[in-house]
Amino acid sequence: MSDQAISDAETSLARTPPKGFALAWYRLKKSLATPTPYMMLFGIILWLGTYYLLTEGWKVPRFEKIPGPLEVMTEFFSFDPIWGTSLFTEDFRINVYVSVRRIVIAFSLATGLGVPLGLFMGWSRIFKDYAFPILETLRPIPILAWVPLAIIMFSGFETPILFLATLASFFVTTLNTMLGVESIDESYFRAAGCLGSKKHHVFWHVVVPGAMPFIFTGLQISIGVAWFSLVAAEMISGDYGLGYMIMDSYMVNKYVSMVMAMISLGFVGWATSAMVRWGGNQMMQWRVKALALEGR
Amino acid sequence: MAVKKKKTSRQKASPAVRERGTISIRNVTKIYDPEGVNVMAVDNCSLEIEAGEVCMIVGPSGCGKTTLLNVIAGFHSLTSGEIYLDDELLCGPDKPLANQGADRMVVFQNGALFPWKSLLDNVAYGPMVQGILSKSDARDKARDMLAEAGMIDVADKFPGEVSSGMARRAEIVRALINDPKVLLLDEPYRAMDALTKSIMHEALLAMYDRTKVTIFFITHDLEEAIFLGDRVVVMTTRPARTKKIVSVKIPRPRDYKLLSSEQFRLLVEETKDAVHEEAIKAFEAGERELA
Repeated sequence: MSDQAISDAETSLARTPPKGFALAWYRLKKSLATPTPYMMLFGIILWLGTYYLLTEGWKVPRFEKIPGPLEVMTEFFSFDPIWGTSLFTEDFRINVYVSVRRIVIAFSLATGLGVPLGLFMGWSRIFKDYAFPILETLRPIPILAWVPLAIIMFSGFETPILFLATLASFFVTTLNTMLGVESIDESYFRAAGCLGSKKHHVFWHVVVPGAMPFIFTGLQISIGVAWFSLVAAEMISGDYGLGYMIMDSYMVNKYVSMVMAMISLGFVGWATSAMVRWGGNQMMQWRVKALALEGR
Repeated sequence: MAVKKKKTSRQKASPAVRERGTISIRNVTKIYDPEGVNVMAVDNCSLEIEAGEVCMIVGPSGCGKTTLLNVIAGFHSLTSGEIYLDDELLCGPDKPLANQGADRMVVFQNGALFPWKSLLDNVAYGPMVQGILSKSDARDKARDMLAEAGMIDVADKFPGEVSSGMARRAEIVRALINDPKVLLLDEPYRAMDALTKSIMHEALLAMYDRTKVTIFFITHDLEEAIFLGDRVVVMTTRPARTKKIVSVKIPRPRDYKLLSSEQFRLLVEETKDAVHEEAIKAFEAGERELA
Protein backbone atom coordinates (compact mmCIF):
# COMPACT_ATOMS: atom_id res chain seq x y z
CA MET A 1 0.00 0.00 0.00
CA SER A 2 1.38 3.38 -0.92
CA ASP A 3 1.74 6.19 1.61
CA GLN A 4 -1.04 8.05 -0.15
CA ALA A 5 -3.41 5.11 0.24
CA ILE A 6 -2.57 4.75 3.91
CA SER A 7 -3.23 8.42 4.60
CA ASP A 8 -6.48 8.14 2.65
CA ALA A 9 -7.51 5.23 4.80
CA GLU A 10 -6.66 7.20 7.91
CA THR A 11 -8.74 10.19 6.88
CA SER A 12 -11.67 7.97 5.98
CA LEU A 13 -11.49 6.43 9.46
CA ALA A 14 -11.42 9.84 11.07
CA ARG A 15 -14.39 11.09 9.06
CA THR A 16 -17.87 10.85 10.43
CA PRO A 17 -19.79 7.89 8.99
CA PRO A 18 -21.65 8.67 5.73
CA LYS A 19 -25.40 9.13 5.74
CA GLY A 20 -28.27 9.07 3.27
CA PHE A 21 -27.21 9.00 -0.35
CA ALA A 22 -23.50 8.83 0.48
CA LEU A 23 -24.16 5.77 2.64
CA ALA A 24 -26.18 4.08 -0.11
CA TRP A 25 -23.40 4.80 -2.61
CA TYR A 26 -20.76 3.45 -0.22
CA ARG A 27 -22.77 0.27 0.30
CA LEU A 28 -23.28 -0.17 -3.45
CA LYS A 29 -19.56 0.22 -4.12
CA LYS A 30 -18.76 -2.21 -1.35
CA SER A 31 -21.26 -4.80 -2.57
CA LEU A 32 -19.95 -4.53 -6.15
CA ALA A 33 -16.55 -5.51 -4.79
CA THR A 34 -17.96 -8.80 -3.46
CA PRO A 35 -18.92 -11.78 -5.65
CA THR A 36 -22.58 -11.62 -4.52
CA PRO A 37 -24.10 -9.41 -7.27
CA TYR A 38 -22.25 -11.29 -10.01
CA MET A 39 -23.35 -14.65 -8.69
CA MET A 40 -26.92 -13.41 -8.52
CA LEU A 41 -26.69 -12.28 -12.12
CA PHE A 42 -25.20 -15.62 -13.17
CA GLY A 43 -27.97 -17.47 -11.33
CA ILE A 44 -30.66 -15.48 -13.12
CA ILE A 45 -29.04 -16.03 -16.51
CA LEU A 46 -28.68 -19.75 -15.85
CA TRP A 47 -32.33 -20.04 -14.85
CA LEU A 48 -33.67 -17.98 -17.75
CA GLY A 49 -31.37 -19.85 -20.15
CA THR A 50 -32.70 -23.22 -19.05
CA TYR A 51 -36.26 -21.94 -19.34
CA TYR A 52 -35.54 -20.60 -22.84
CA LEU A 53 -33.87 -23.78 -24.08
CA LEU A 54 -36.61 -26.04 -22.75
CA THR A 55 -39.45 -24.06 -24.31
CA GLU A 56 -38.31 -22.00 -27.23
CA GLY A 57 -34.81 -23.34 -27.99
CA TRP A 58 -34.98 -27.12 -28.14
CA LYS A 59 -38.77 -27.35 -27.73
CA VAL A 60 -38.45 -30.35 -25.41
CA PRO A 61 -41.62 -32.55 -25.41
CA ARG A 62 -44.19 -31.48 -22.78
CA PHE A 63 -42.54 -28.07 -22.67
CA GLU A 64 -43.28 -26.88 -26.18
CA LYS A 65 -46.77 -25.68 -25.23
CA ILE A 66 -45.41 -23.55 -22.40
CA PRO A 67 -44.78 -19.96 -23.46
CA GLY A 68 -41.05 -19.20 -23.45
CA PRO A 69 -39.36 -16.19 -21.85
CA LEU A 70 -39.04 -14.23 -25.11
CA GLU A 71 -42.65 -14.73 -26.02
CA VAL A 72 -43.86 -13.74 -22.57
CA MET A 73 -41.60 -10.68 -22.37
CA THR A 74 -42.58 -9.47 -25.83
CA GLU A 75 -46.22 -9.81 -24.95
CA PHE A 76 -45.72 -8.26 -21.51
CA PHE A 77 -44.25 -5.04 -22.87
CA SER A 78 -46.31 -4.88 -26.06
CA PHE A 79 -48.64 -1.94 -26.74
CA ASP A 80 -50.68 -4.17 -29.01
CA PRO A 81 -50.68 -7.60 -27.32
CA ILE A 82 -51.63 -10.63 -29.40
CA TRP A 83 -53.61 -12.24 -26.56
CA GLY A 84 -55.14 -8.99 -25.42
CA THR A 85 -53.28 -8.52 -22.12
CA SER A 86 -50.04 -6.66 -21.38
CA LEU A 87 -48.56 -4.24 -18.89
CA PHE A 88 -50.32 -1.42 -20.71
CA THR A 89 -53.83 -2.82 -20.90
CA GLU A 90 -56.61 -1.84 -18.56
CA ASP A 91 -57.64 -5.34 -17.44
CA PHE A 92 -54.11 -6.28 -16.35
CA ARG A 93 -53.88 -3.21 -14.17
CA ILE A 94 -57.31 -3.90 -12.69
CA ASN A 95 -56.31 -7.48 -11.88
CA VAL A 96 -53.14 -6.35 -10.10
CA TYR A 97 -54.94 -3.54 -8.31
CA VAL A 98 -57.75 -5.81 -7.11
CA SER A 99 -55.35 -8.44 -5.77
CA VAL A 100 -53.14 -5.88 -4.03
CA ARG A 101 -56.16 -4.18 -2.49
CA ARG A 102 -57.43 -7.52 -1.19
CA ILE A 103 -54.01 -8.31 0.26
CA VAL A 104 -53.79 -4.94 1.98
CA ILE A 105 -57.22 -5.38 3.56
CA ALA A 106 -56.70 -9.02 4.53
CA PHE A 107 -53.19 -8.49 5.86
CA SER A 108 -54.24 -5.43 7.88
CA LEU A 109 -57.18 -7.30 9.37
CA ALA A 110 -55.07 -10.34 10.19
CA THR A 111 -52.35 -8.20 11.77
CA GLY A 112 -54.79 -5.98 13.63
CA LEU A 113 -56.52 -9.00 15.16
CA GLY A 114 -53.64 -11.46 15.36
CA VAL A 115 -51.00 -9.31 17.05
CA PRO A 116 -53.14 -8.19 20.01
CA LEU A 117 -54.55 -11.68 20.46
CA GLY A 118 -51.07 -13.21 20.35
CA LEU A 119 -49.72 -10.63 22.79
CA PHE A 120 -52.47 -11.34 25.30
CA MET A 121 -52.13 -15.09 24.89
CA GLY A 122 -48.41 -14.93 25.48
CA TRP A 123 -48.71 -12.56 28.38
CA SER A 124 -51.69 -13.91 30.28
CA ARG A 125 -51.86 -17.52 31.29
CA ILE A 126 -55.64 -17.33 31.74
CA PHE A 127 -56.18 -15.83 28.33
CA LYS A 128 -54.06 -18.53 26.76
CA ASP A 129 -55.96 -21.26 28.57
CA TYR A 130 -59.19 -19.94 27.06
CA ALA A 131 -58.10 -19.25 23.52
CA PHE A 132 -55.26 -21.58 22.66
CA PRO A 133 -57.04 -24.96 22.36
CA ILE A 134 -59.61 -23.59 19.92
CA LEU A 135 -56.99 -21.80 17.90
CA GLU A 136 -54.86 -24.93 17.70
CA THR A 137 -57.83 -26.96 16.44
CA LEU A 138 -58.86 -24.45 13.80
CA ARG A 139 -55.33 -23.75 12.61
CA PRO A 140 -54.56 -27.11 10.94
CA ILE A 141 -57.74 -26.95 8.79
CA PRO A 142 -56.40 -26.20 5.31
CA ILE A 143 -57.59 -22.94 3.84
CA LEU A 144 -59.15 -24.73 0.85
CA ALA A 145 -61.39 -26.65 3.23
CA TRP A 146 -62.89 -23.33 4.30
CA VAL A 147 -63.90 -22.35 0.76
CA PRO A 148 -67.44 -23.80 0.70
CA LEU A 149 -68.18 -22.51 4.18
CA ALA A 150 -66.89 -19.08 3.22
CA ILE A 151 -69.16 -19.01 0.19
CA ILE A 152 -72.16 -20.05 2.27
CA MET A 153 -71.38 -17.59 5.05
CA PHE A 154 -70.63 -14.51 3.00
CA SER A 155 -72.42 -13.03 0.05
CA GLY A 156 -70.87 -11.86 -3.21
CA PHE A 157 -67.38 -12.46 -4.53
CA GLU A 158 -65.37 -10.11 -2.38
CA THR A 159 -66.07 -11.05 1.24
CA PRO A 160 -65.41 -14.81 0.97
CA ILE A 161 -62.06 -14.09 -0.67
CA LEU A 162 -61.13 -11.55 1.99
CA PHE A 163 -62.21 -13.95 4.71
CA LEU A 164 -60.06 -16.77 3.36
CA ALA A 165 -56.98 -14.62 2.90
CA THR A 166 -57.38 -13.08 6.35
CA LEU A 167 -57.94 -16.37 8.11
CA ALA A 168 -54.72 -17.98 6.94
CA SER A 169 -52.47 -15.11 7.87
CA PHE A 170 -54.32 -14.47 11.11
CA PHE A 171 -53.30 -17.88 12.46
CA VAL A 172 -49.67 -17.38 11.51
CA THR A 173 -49.50 -13.91 13.04
CA THR A 174 -51.23 -14.93 16.26
CA LEU A 175 -49.05 -17.95 16.82
CA ASN A 176 -45.80 -16.13 16.11
CA THR A 177 -46.74 -13.23 18.32
CA MET A 178 -47.57 -15.56 21.17
CA LEU A 179 -44.28 -17.42 20.78
CA GLY A 180 -42.57 -14.03 20.64
CA VAL A 181 -43.90 -13.05 24.03
CA GLU A 182 -42.99 -16.44 25.46
CA SER A 183 -39.45 -16.08 24.13
CA ILE A 184 -38.77 -12.90 26.10
CA ASP A 185 -36.07 -13.53 28.68
CA GLU A 186 -37.46 -13.74 32.20
CA SER A 187 -34.84 -11.31 33.45
CA TYR A 188 -36.44 -8.43 31.51
CA PHE A 189 -39.69 -9.02 33.36
CA ARG A 190 -37.80 -9.19 36.63
CA ALA A 191 -35.90 -6.03 35.85
CA ALA A 192 -39.14 -4.27 34.99
CA GLY A 193 -40.63 -5.46 38.29
CA CYS A 194 -37.63 -4.20 40.25
CA LEU A 195 -37.80 -0.84 38.57
CA GLY A 196 -41.33 -0.38 39.85
CA SER A 197 -43.37 -1.08 36.71
CA LYS A 198 -47.10 -1.50 36.86
CA LYS A 199 -48.80 -4.05 34.65
CA HIS A 200 -49.44 -1.71 31.75
CA HIS A 201 -45.82 -0.56 31.82
CA VAL A 202 -44.68 -4.16 31.54
CA PHE A 203 -47.03 -4.67 28.62
CA TRP A 204 -45.93 -1.62 26.64
CA HIS A 205 -42.25 -1.52 27.58
CA VAL A 206 -41.39 -5.23 27.76
CA VAL A 207 -44.03 -7.45 26.15
CA VAL A 208 -44.62 -5.44 22.98
CA PRO A 209 -41.04 -4.51 22.06
CA GLY A 210 -39.70 -7.86 23.25
CA ALA A 211 -42.05 -9.78 20.98
CA MET A 212 -41.38 -7.48 18.03
CA PRO A 213 -38.69 -9.62 16.31
CA PHE A 214 -40.97 -12.67 16.36
CA ILE A 215 -43.95 -10.59 15.28
CA PHE A 216 -42.15 -9.42 12.18
CA THR A 217 -40.86 -12.88 11.36
CA GLY A 218 -44.48 -13.95 11.62
CA LEU A 219 -45.67 -11.09 9.42
CA GLN A 220 -43.19 -12.09 6.72
CA ILE A 221 -44.64 -15.57 6.67
CA SER A 222 -48.16 -14.29 7.07
CA ILE A 223 -48.06 -12.04 4.02
CA GLY A 224 -46.84 -15.00 1.97
CA VAL A 225 -49.65 -17.15 3.32
CA ALA A 226 -52.13 -14.36 2.58
CA TRP A 227 -51.04 -14.33 -1.07
CA PHE A 228 -51.23 -18.10 -1.23
CA SER A 229 -54.77 -18.30 0.05
CA LEU A 230 -55.86 -15.22 -1.86
CA VAL A 231 -54.83 -16.73 -5.18
CA ALA A 232 -56.43 -20.06 -4.28
CA ALA A 233 -59.65 -18.26 -3.41
CA GLU A 234 -59.55 -16.13 -6.54
CA MET A 235 -59.07 -19.20 -8.70
CA ILE A 236 -62.12 -20.87 -7.20
CA SER A 237 -64.55 -18.02 -6.77
CA GLY A 238 -62.98 -14.98 -8.24
CA ASP A 239 -63.98 -11.90 -10.08
CA TYR A 240 -60.81 -10.09 -11.11
CA GLY A 241 -57.47 -10.54 -9.42
CA LEU A 242 -54.26 -12.26 -10.48
CA GLY A 243 -55.47 -15.69 -9.38
CA TYR A 244 -58.60 -15.18 -11.45
CA MET A 245 -56.44 -14.10 -14.38
CA ILE A 246 -54.43 -17.33 -14.18
CA MET A 247 -57.53 -19.52 -14.14
CA ASP A 248 -59.38 -17.49 -16.73
CA SER A 249 -56.44 -17.49 -19.16
CA TYR A 250 -56.00 -21.22 -18.68
CA MET A 251 -59.66 -21.88 -19.49
CA VAL A 252 -59.43 -20.05 -22.79
CA ASN A 253 -55.95 -21.36 -23.65
CA LYS A 254 -54.25 -17.96 -23.27
CA TYR A 255 -51.11 -19.53 -21.79
CA VAL A 256 -49.03 -16.42 -22.30
CA SER A 257 -51.37 -14.36 -20.14
CA MET A 258 -51.35 -17.13 -17.57
CA VAL A 259 -47.56 -17.02 -17.24
CA MET A 260 -47.67 -13.23 -17.14
CA ALA A 261 -50.01 -13.38 -14.16
CA MET A 262 -47.68 -15.84 -12.43
CA ILE A 263 -44.66 -13.62 -12.96
CA SER A 264 -46.61 -10.60 -11.76
CA LEU A 265 -47.56 -12.51 -8.61
CA GLY A 266 -43.89 -13.21 -8.01
CA PHE A 267 -42.92 -9.57 -8.26
CA VAL A 268 -45.84 -8.14 -6.34
CA GLY A 269 -45.46 -10.75 -3.60
CA TRP A 270 -41.76 -10.00 -3.32
CA ALA A 271 -42.49 -6.27 -3.10
CA THR A 272 -45.01 -6.72 -0.28
CA SER A 273 -42.59 -8.93 1.68
CA ALA A 274 -39.88 -6.32 1.21
CA MET A 275 -42.21 -3.67 2.57
CA VAL A 276 -42.95 -5.73 5.65
CA ARG A 277 -39.23 -6.28 6.16
CA TRP A 278 -38.58 -2.57 5.74
CA GLY A 279 -41.32 -1.75 8.24
CA GLY A 280 -39.80 -4.18 10.73
CA ASN A 281 -36.36 -2.66 10.39
CA GLN A 282 -37.79 0.82 10.91
CA MET A 283 -39.48 -0.29 14.11
CA MET A 284 -36.52 -2.25 15.44
CA GLN A 285 -33.52 0.01 14.95
CA TRP A 286 -32.06 -1.41 18.16
CA ARG A 287 -31.92 -4.81 16.55
CA VAL A 288 -30.72 -3.64 13.16
CA LYS A 289 -27.82 -1.80 14.78
CA ALA A 290 -26.84 -4.69 17.02
CA LEU A 291 -26.95 -7.14 14.10
CA ALA A 292 -24.95 -4.76 11.91
CA LEU A 293 -22.15 -4.79 14.49
CA GLU A 294 -22.14 -8.57 14.32
CA GLY A 295 -21.53 -8.19 10.59
CA ARG A 296 -25.00 -9.24 9.46
CA MET B 1 -22.80 24.26 32.84
CA ALA B 2 -26.20 22.84 33.58
CA VAL B 3 -24.68 19.42 34.12
CA LYS B 4 -22.23 20.77 36.65
CA LYS B 5 -24.92 22.49 38.67
CA LYS B 6 -27.06 19.36 38.88
CA LYS B 7 -24.05 17.35 39.89
CA THR B 8 -23.50 19.36 43.07
CA SER B 9 -27.15 19.12 43.99
CA ARG B 10 -26.97 15.34 43.64
CA GLN B 11 -23.96 15.08 45.88
CA LYS B 12 -25.82 17.01 48.54
CA ALA B 13 -28.77 14.63 48.20
CA SER B 14 -26.63 11.56 48.85
CA PRO B 15 -25.51 11.37 52.44
CA ALA B 16 -22.01 10.11 53.05
CA VAL B 17 -23.17 7.76 55.78
CA ARG B 18 -26.18 5.57 55.24
CA GLU B 19 -28.83 5.11 57.83
CA ARG B 20 -30.88 2.74 55.76
CA GLY B 21 -30.40 -0.51 53.93
CA THR B 22 -30.02 -3.01 56.79
CA ILE B 23 -30.83 -6.53 55.69
CA SER B 24 -31.58 -9.14 58.27
CA ILE B 25 -31.82 -12.71 57.02
CA ARG B 26 -33.12 -14.98 59.76
CA ASN B 27 -33.19 -18.78 59.50
CA VAL B 28 -34.16 -18.74 55.86
CA THR B 29 -34.84 -22.08 54.19
CA LYS B 30 -35.81 -22.57 50.58
CA ILE B 31 -36.96 -25.91 49.23
CA TYR B 32 -37.64 -26.40 45.54
CA ASP B 33 -40.12 -28.99 44.49
CA PRO B 34 -39.73 -29.29 40.74
CA GLU B 35 -40.65 -32.94 40.12
CA GLY B 36 -42.06 -34.16 43.39
CA VAL B 37 -38.55 -34.46 44.78
CA ASN B 38 -37.63 -31.84 47.32
CA VAL B 39 -34.39 -30.03 46.65
CA MET B 40 -33.12 -27.88 49.47
CA ALA B 41 -31.41 -24.83 48.05
CA VAL B 42 -30.95 -22.79 51.21
CA ASP B 43 -30.89 -24.34 54.67
CA ASN B 44 -31.50 -22.29 57.77
CA CYS B 45 -29.33 -19.43 56.63
CA SER B 46 -28.89 -16.37 58.82
CA LEU B 47 -26.98 -13.23 57.99
CA GLU B 48 -27.05 -9.64 59.19
CA ILE B 49 -25.96 -6.98 56.71
CA GLU B 50 -25.42 -3.47 58.00
CA ALA B 51 -26.54 -0.31 56.29
CA GLY B 52 -23.97 0.81 53.75
CA GLU B 53 -22.01 -2.42 53.94
CA VAL B 54 -20.54 -4.19 50.92
CA CYS B 55 -21.33 -7.81 51.60
CA MET B 56 -19.76 -10.31 49.24
CA ILE B 57 -21.26 -13.78 48.96
CA VAL B 58 -18.97 -16.51 47.65
CA GLY B 59 -19.56 -20.21 47.28
CA PRO B 60 -19.43 -23.01 44.73
CA SER B 61 -21.60 -22.94 41.61
CA GLY B 62 -25.21 -23.77 42.22
CA CYS B 63 -24.94 -23.58 45.97
CA GLY B 64 -28.05 -21.45 46.39
CA LYS B 65 -26.50 -17.97 46.46
CA THR B 66 -28.69 -16.78 43.63
CA THR B 67 -31.73 -18.34 45.29
CA LEU B 68 -31.08 -16.20 48.34
CA LEU B 69 -30.80 -13.10 46.16
CA ASN B 70 -34.00 -14.00 44.33
CA VAL B 71 -35.84 -14.37 47.62
CA ILE B 72 -34.67 -10.93 48.78
CA ALA B 73 -35.62 -9.38 45.43
CA GLY B 74 -39.07 -10.96 45.45
CA PHE B 75 -38.56 -13.29 42.47
CA HIS B 76 -38.85 -16.45 44.57
CA SER B 77 -40.80 -17.26 47.70
CA LEU B 78 -39.09 -18.67 50.77
CA THR B 79 -40.11 -21.86 52.53
CA SER B 80 -39.44 -20.76 56.09
CA GLY B 81 -37.64 -18.00 57.95
CA GLU B 82 -37.86 -14.24 57.67
CA ILE B 83 -36.08 -11.46 55.88
CA TYR B 84 -36.24 -7.87 57.11
CA LEU B 85 -35.18 -4.71 55.37
CA ASP B 86 -34.69 -1.85 57.84
CA ASP B 87 -36.81 -3.67 60.44
CA GLU B 88 -39.64 -4.02 57.96
CA LEU B 89 -40.70 -7.53 57.06
CA LEU B 90 -39.96 -8.32 53.40
CA CYS B 91 -41.02 -11.92 53.54
CA GLY B 92 -41.80 -14.43 56.23
CA PRO B 93 -44.03 -17.39 57.02
CA ASP B 94 -47.26 -15.47 56.33
CA LYS B 95 -45.95 -13.71 53.23
CA PRO B 96 -43.50 -16.05 51.51
CA LEU B 97 -43.00 -13.85 48.44
CA ALA B 98 -41.61 -10.35 48.92
CA ASN B 99 -43.04 -7.51 46.85
CA GLN B 100 -40.75 -6.41 44.08
CA GLY B 101 -39.80 -2.81 44.48
CA ALA B 102 -37.32 -0.11 43.66
CA ASP B 103 -35.83 -0.18 47.17
CA ARG B 104 -33.95 -3.36 46.18
CA MET B 105 -32.39 -3.06 42.75
CA VAL B 106 -31.00 -6.13 41.02
CA VAL B 107 -28.13 -6.20 38.53
CA PHE B 108 -28.46 -9.46 36.66
CA GLN B 109 -25.91 -12.11 35.79
CA ASN B 110 -26.35 -11.80 32.05
CA GLY B 111 -27.43 -8.19 32.03
CA ALA B 112 -31.01 -7.10 31.67
CA LEU B 113 -30.89 -3.68 30.09
CA PHE B 114 -33.88 -3.50 27.75
CA PRO B 115 -32.23 -4.00 24.35
CA TRP B 116 -34.99 -1.98 22.66
CA LYS B 117 -34.29 1.16 24.69
CA SER B 118 -31.26 3.41 24.48
CA LEU B 119 -29.02 3.49 27.53
CA LEU B 120 -30.55 6.85 28.38
CA ASP B 121 -34.11 5.55 28.21
CA ASN B 122 -33.12 2.49 30.20
CA VAL B 123 -31.79 4.68 32.98
CA ALA B 124 -34.77 7.02 32.82
CA TYR B 125 -37.24 4.12 32.94
CA GLY B 126 -37.42 3.59 36.73
CA PRO B 127 -38.29 7.12 37.89
CA MET B 128 -40.65 7.46 34.94
CA VAL B 129 -42.78 4.39 35.58
CA GLN B 130 -42.82 4.97 39.31
CA GLY B 131 -44.33 8.37 38.56
CA ILE B 132 -41.60 10.17 40.50
CA LEU B 133 -40.46 12.22 37.53
CA SER B 134 -42.04 13.21 34.24
CA LYS B 135 -40.54 11.61 31.15
CA SER B 136 -38.46 14.63 30.24
CA ASP B 137 -37.26 15.20 33.82
CA ALA B 138 -36.36 11.53 34.11
CA ARG B 139 -34.34 11.79 30.92
CA ASP B 140 -32.56 14.90 32.20
CA LYS B 141 -31.67 13.17 35.41
CA ALA B 142 -30.59 10.04 33.53
CA ARG B 143 -28.35 12.15 31.33
CA ASP B 144 -26.74 13.76 34.38
CA MET B 145 -26.16 10.40 36.04
CA LEU B 146 -24.67 8.90 32.90
CA ALA B 147 -22.43 11.96 32.59
CA GLU B 148 -21.36 11.52 36.19
CA ALA B 149 -20.41 7.92 35.40
CA GLY B 150 -18.48 9.06 32.32
CA MET B 151 -20.89 7.54 29.82
CA ILE B 152 -22.45 10.59 28.23
CA ASP B 153 -20.99 9.75 24.80
CA VAL B 154 -22.86 6.45 24.60
CA ALA B 155 -26.08 7.62 26.26
CA ASP B 156 -28.11 7.48 23.05
CA LYS B 157 -26.79 4.12 21.91
CA PHE B 158 -28.67 0.87 22.30
CA PRO B 159 -27.27 -1.79 24.66
CA GLY B 160 -26.43 -3.98 21.66
CA GLU B 161 -24.11 -1.30 20.36
CA VAL B 162 -21.86 -0.93 23.39
CA SER B 163 -19.40 -3.27 25.09
CA SER B 164 -20.65 -5.60 27.81
CA GLY B 165 -18.66 -3.62 30.36
CA MET B 166 -20.31 -0.39 29.32
CA ALA B 167 -23.73 -2.05 29.38
CA ARG B 168 -23.14 -3.38 32.88
CA ARG B 169 -22.11 0.04 34.15
CA ALA B 170 -25.23 1.55 32.59
CA GLU B 171 -27.26 -1.13 34.33
CA ILE B 172 -25.80 -0.10 37.67
CA VAL B 173 -26.63 3.53 36.89
CA ARG B 174 -30.17 2.43 35.99
CA ALA B 175 -30.37 0.85 39.44
CA LEU B 176 -28.85 3.77 41.33
CA ILE B 177 -31.07 6.45 39.78
CA ASN B 178 -33.87 4.99 41.90
CA ASP B 179 -31.87 5.68 45.06
CA PRO B 180 -32.34 2.10 46.29
CA LYS B 181 -31.69 0.93 49.82
CA VAL B 182 -29.88 -2.12 48.58
CA LEU B 183 -28.08 -3.07 45.40
CA LEU B 184 -28.24 -6.79 44.65
CA LEU B 185 -25.62 -7.93 42.16
CA ASP B 186 -25.57 -11.47 40.82
CA GLU B 187 -22.11 -12.19 39.41
CA PRO B 188 -22.31 -9.11 37.22
CA TYR B 189 -18.75 -9.36 35.93
CA ARG B 190 -18.71 -13.10 35.41
CA ALA B 191 -18.00 -13.22 31.69
CA MET B 192 -15.43 -10.43 31.65
CA ASP B 193 -11.70 -10.57 31.19
CA ALA B 194 -9.45 -9.54 34.06
CA LEU B 195 -8.61 -6.12 32.64
CA THR B 196 -12.22 -5.12 32.02
CA LYS B 197 -13.09 -6.48 35.43
CA SER B 198 -10.57 -4.24 37.15
CA ILE B 199 -12.01 -1.20 35.39
CA MET B 200 -15.51 -2.29 36.38
CA HIS B 201 -14.38 -2.67 40.00
CA GLU B 202 -12.99 0.82 40.09
CA ALA B 203 -16.16 2.22 38.57
CA LEU B 204 -18.30 0.32 41.07
CA LEU B 205 -16.20 1.50 44.01
CA ALA B 206 -16.41 5.08 42.76
CA MET B 207 -20.19 4.76 42.62
CA TYR B 208 -20.23 3.16 46.04
CA ASP B 209 -18.13 5.94 47.54
CA ARG B 210 -20.61 8.47 46.18
CA THR B 211 -23.77 6.72 47.35
CA LYS B 212 -22.78 4.35 50.18
CA VAL B 213 -25.61 2.06 49.17
CA THR B 214 -25.77 -1.37 50.81
CA ILE B 215 -24.39 -3.93 48.37
CA PHE B 216 -25.19 -7.64 48.29
CA PHE B 217 -22.77 -9.02 45.72
CA ILE B 218 -22.58 -12.64 44.58
CA THR B 219 -19.36 -13.83 43.01
CA HIS B 220 -17.03 -16.76 42.42
CA ASP B 221 -13.98 -14.61 42.27
CA LEU B 222 -12.23 -14.43 45.64
CA GLU B 223 -9.97 -11.55 44.71
CA GLU B 224 -12.96 -9.60 43.53
CA ALA B 225 -14.75 -10.42 46.78
CA ILE B 226 -11.93 -9.21 48.99
CA PHE B 227 -11.06 -6.20 46.86
CA LEU B 228 -14.61 -4.88 46.92
CA GLY B 229 -16.09 -6.17 50.16
CA ASP B 230 -16.32 -5.15 53.78
CA ARG B 231 -17.15 -8.72 54.60
CA VAL B 232 -16.90 -11.91 52.60
CA VAL B 233 -19.47 -14.56 53.41
CA VAL B 234 -18.45 -18.05 52.35
CA MET B 235 -21.43 -20.30 51.71
CA THR B 236 -21.49 -24.07 51.95
CA THR B 237 -22.43 -26.18 48.97
CA ARG B 238 -26.11 -26.92 48.49
CA PRO B 239 -28.06 -26.45 50.68
CA ALA B 240 -26.50 -23.06 51.34
CA ARG B 241 -25.56 -22.02 54.83
CA THR B 242 -23.01 -19.49 56.00
CA LYS B 243 -19.78 -21.37 56.50
CA LYS B 244 -17.36 -18.58 57.32
CA ILE B 245 -17.41 -14.81 57.43
CA VAL B 246 -14.17 -12.98 56.69
CA SER B 247 -13.97 -9.30 57.66
CA VAL B 248 -11.95 -7.20 55.28
CA LYS B 249 -10.55 -4.36 57.36
CA ILE B 250 -8.90 -2.48 54.55
CA PRO B 251 -9.70 1.23 54.52
CA ARG B 252 -11.48 2.89 51.60
CA PRO B 253 -10.99 4.29 49.05
CA ARG B 254 -9.14 1.24 47.76
CA ASP B 255 -7.06 1.05 44.63
CA TYR B 256 -5.31 -1.61 42.66
CA LYS B 257 -2.02 -1.42 44.53
CA LEU B 258 -3.88 -3.29 47.21
CA LEU B 259 -3.87 -6.47 45.17
CA SER B 260 -0.15 -7.00 45.67
CA SER B 261 -0.13 -6.26 49.41
CA GLU B 262 0.62 -8.92 52.00
CA GLN B 263 -2.61 -8.20 53.88
CA PHE B 264 -4.63 -8.86 50.74
CA ARG B 265 -2.79 -12.07 50.01
CA LEU B 266 -3.40 -13.39 53.52
CA LEU B 267 -7.10 -12.65 53.27
CA VAL B 268 -7.33 -14.50 49.97
CA GLU B 269 -5.55 -17.50 51.51
CA GLU B 270 -7.89 -17.50 54.47
CA THR B 271 -10.98 -17.44 52.27
CA LYS B 272 -9.66 -19.84 49.68
CA ASP B 273 -9.32 -22.74 52.12
CA ALA B 274 -12.94 -22.47 53.12
CA VAL B 275 -14.22 -22.11 49.57
CA HIS B 276 -12.05 -24.87 48.19
CA GLU B 277 -13.41 -27.38 50.66
CA GLU B 278 -16.96 -26.58 49.59
CA ALA B 279 -16.08 -26.56 45.91
CA ILE B 280 -14.79 -30.12 46.18
CA LYS B 281 -17.98 -31.23 47.91
CA ALA B 282 -20.08 -29.55 45.25
CA PHE B 283 -18.05 -31.08 42.45
CA GLU B 284 -18.34 -34.55 43.90
CA ALA B 285 -22.08 -34.18 44.37
CA GLY B 286 -22.27 -33.13 40.73
CA GLU B 287 -25.70 -31.61 41.02
CA ARG B 288 -27.19 -29.41 38.40
CA GLU B 289 -27.21 -25.70 39.13
CA LEU B 290 -30.49 -24.21 40.24
CA ALA B 291 -31.82 -21.01 38.85
